[in-house]
Amino acid sequence: MAEPITIAAPVAQTRPPSRVKTLLTQPKVLFGGGFILLLLVIAIFAPLIAPKDPLEQDLMLGSLPPAWIDGTEPGYYLGTDDLGRDVLSRLLYGSRIALFVAFVSASLAALIGTVLGLLAGWYGGWTDRIISRIVDIWMAFPPVLLSILLVAVFGSGVHSVIAAIVIIDWTRFCRVVRAETLAQAQLDYITAARTVGFSRMKILTREIFPNIVPVLIALVSLEMGIAVVVEAILSFVGLSVSSDTPTWGGMIAQGRQLIHHTWWLLVAPLAVLFATVLAFNQLGAGLRRALDPVMRR
Amino acid sequence: MIAISILNRLVMAAVTLFGVALIVFVLLRVVPGDPIAMMIAPGASPADILALRAKYGLDLSLPAQFGVWLQAVLIGDFGTSISLRRDVLELLLGRLPATLELAFAALIVAILIGGTVAVIGTLSRRTPLEPAIDATNGVLLAVPDFVWALALVLLLGVFFPIFPLSGRIDPTLSIDFVTPFYLAESLVRLRLDVFLDVAAHMVMPVLALALPLATVITRILKEALLEAMVQDYVLLARLKGMSEIRLVLQEALRNAIGPALSLTGVQFTFLVGGTVIVERIFSYPGIGNMAIDAVINRDLPLIQGLVLVFGAIFIVINLVVDLLAAALNPRLRHG
Repeated sequence: MAEPITIAAPVAQTRPPSRVKTLLTQPKVLFGGGFILLLLVIAIFAPLIAPKDPLEQDLMLGSLPPAWIDGTEPGYYLGTDDLGRDVLSRLLYGSRIALFVAFVSASLAALIGTVLGLLAGWYGGWTDRIISRIVDIWMAFPPVLLSILLVAVFGSGVHSVIAAIVIIDWTRFCRVVRAETLAQAQLDYITAARTVGFSRMKILTREIFPNIVPVLIALVSLEMGIAVVVEAILSFVGLSVSSDTPTWGGMIAQGRQLIHHTWWLLVAPLAVLFATVLAFNQLGAGLRRALDPVMRR
Repeated sequence: MIAISILNRLVMAAVTLFGVALIVFVLLRVVPGDPIAMMIAPGASPADILALRAKYGLDLSLPAQFGVWLQAVLIGDFGTSISLRRDVLELLLGRLPATLELAFAALIVAILIGGTVAVIGTLSRRTPLEPAIDATNGVLLAVPDFVWALALVLLLGVFFPIFPLSGRIDPTLSIDFVTPFYLAESLVRLRLDVFLDVAAHMVMPVLALALPLATVITRILKEALLEAMVQDYVLLARLKGMSEIRLVLQEALRNAIGPALSLTGVQFTFLVGGTVIVERIFSYPGIGNMAIDAVINRDLPLIQGLVLVFGAIFIVINLVVDLLAAALNPRLRHG
């Protein structure tokens, strides 16, 4: 290896200062991001916001309808479930598990997928062949199947849910990051960085990676939407957190069971789940449009 | 050339299935907890446990266990379900047809809905209808089958209770079915009442599975149709005086179907995966619903069998899509 040449200034990265502004003019980013932000605030301050204790049962006040239907009790805006627990409070608390799973699992999946994707795309050869093959085999496994298998292996619980999502979905990141890395590696600035004697690792971490970040952010947002649904499905079938912790999926399961009796128990969590998934999706799509130079054209 | 390419794909399919089997085996061997512990009757002696271990080959080395297991699987011996105490293969074969009927019905419905909307969108280009279709489709693309299923429960099961909410057939109508393909069999036997009842039970789960796929088909097919509509051959046909509808259906569609097809194939595997949760929501007695029970009961032999069956279905779908794409695309045919 030749003596590395030290240079005063790193290769300039042109980063238009108006990026944040461009982002906020995208209605998708604005609405999607706004909703997620609101949800985040609710999740963090749930104990302060929730009108009632989400676990407090009062059988005298069971199965109350929401406020706009007759026969309700003041203070229970979305009614109560069959055990007399306040639906609104449970919904607010439910956002905690949903967002926790979304953020943790999407970040971990992104971390693993990005590292492997960068390595595969940059070093090529055997590294690429092995990683790409693993990704191919992984993706031949349909997500649902793998999650069945993984939850069977790990047992139920929120950590299993997160582990399952990470193990299944890191490939989404790996594939995109690998392709992006390959594309970036063709560009002139990489040749330039090589000519001035940057080590391969340095080019990867200092030059290529920052240019992949925008695509990555959009992917993470989409992945969070997926994670929220997966968590809801697993708590719906009773394989996520224990049944006393309020989750949207658990509330949906309760609503489905009592559908002929108290249908509103299904409406509230389903509406919130739908809005959350849509928000993450729109945010991801909007970010992609705003940040991806190819799509921006 | 075609034969070699088909053979190539068959070999790849077999290799993938082997990979699936290996992963299933490895994953289920690392399960915390002794699989035997769940099978022994209370008060069994250590000798009984040893005998049981030997019976299931658990005293062998791991590679040897895999060999024994693979051999058994190849001849269709998936073992006995722990929770249901019946032969796994028998259970699977009894339930699989319900899922297959559901999945194929959903595929057809998805193609019909997605195709129709794509054609309408293409016909209405440069009118206010087109952006409306695009925007609606864009939002609906984000809706997963789980949410569709529950929305349908509310809409068609509660607010407008038109269709039955759960099950596969009204028990009073159950004729002595010879096959587990209720829908197909009732049709062949001309029992229209039974056929309609089975179909009515399928409406909501089929829609829940079909709608996510339909939105994808709409987007891809519409894009391909719009692209085809500006090609020279369409222009030529238009000069000959062909009507707009015939242009789309006869000229553009034929050329747009290729790209839409391969994507539909990939998406169809997601649809089949979706049967797991959708069957659960509608208490539909297929292998998807069974898979959830198997996981809840930690019924390892059943889980193994289910995962392999699902894996085989996915591999077959991919194979068929590959072959169809090759048959439809003259450039690939000689590749």
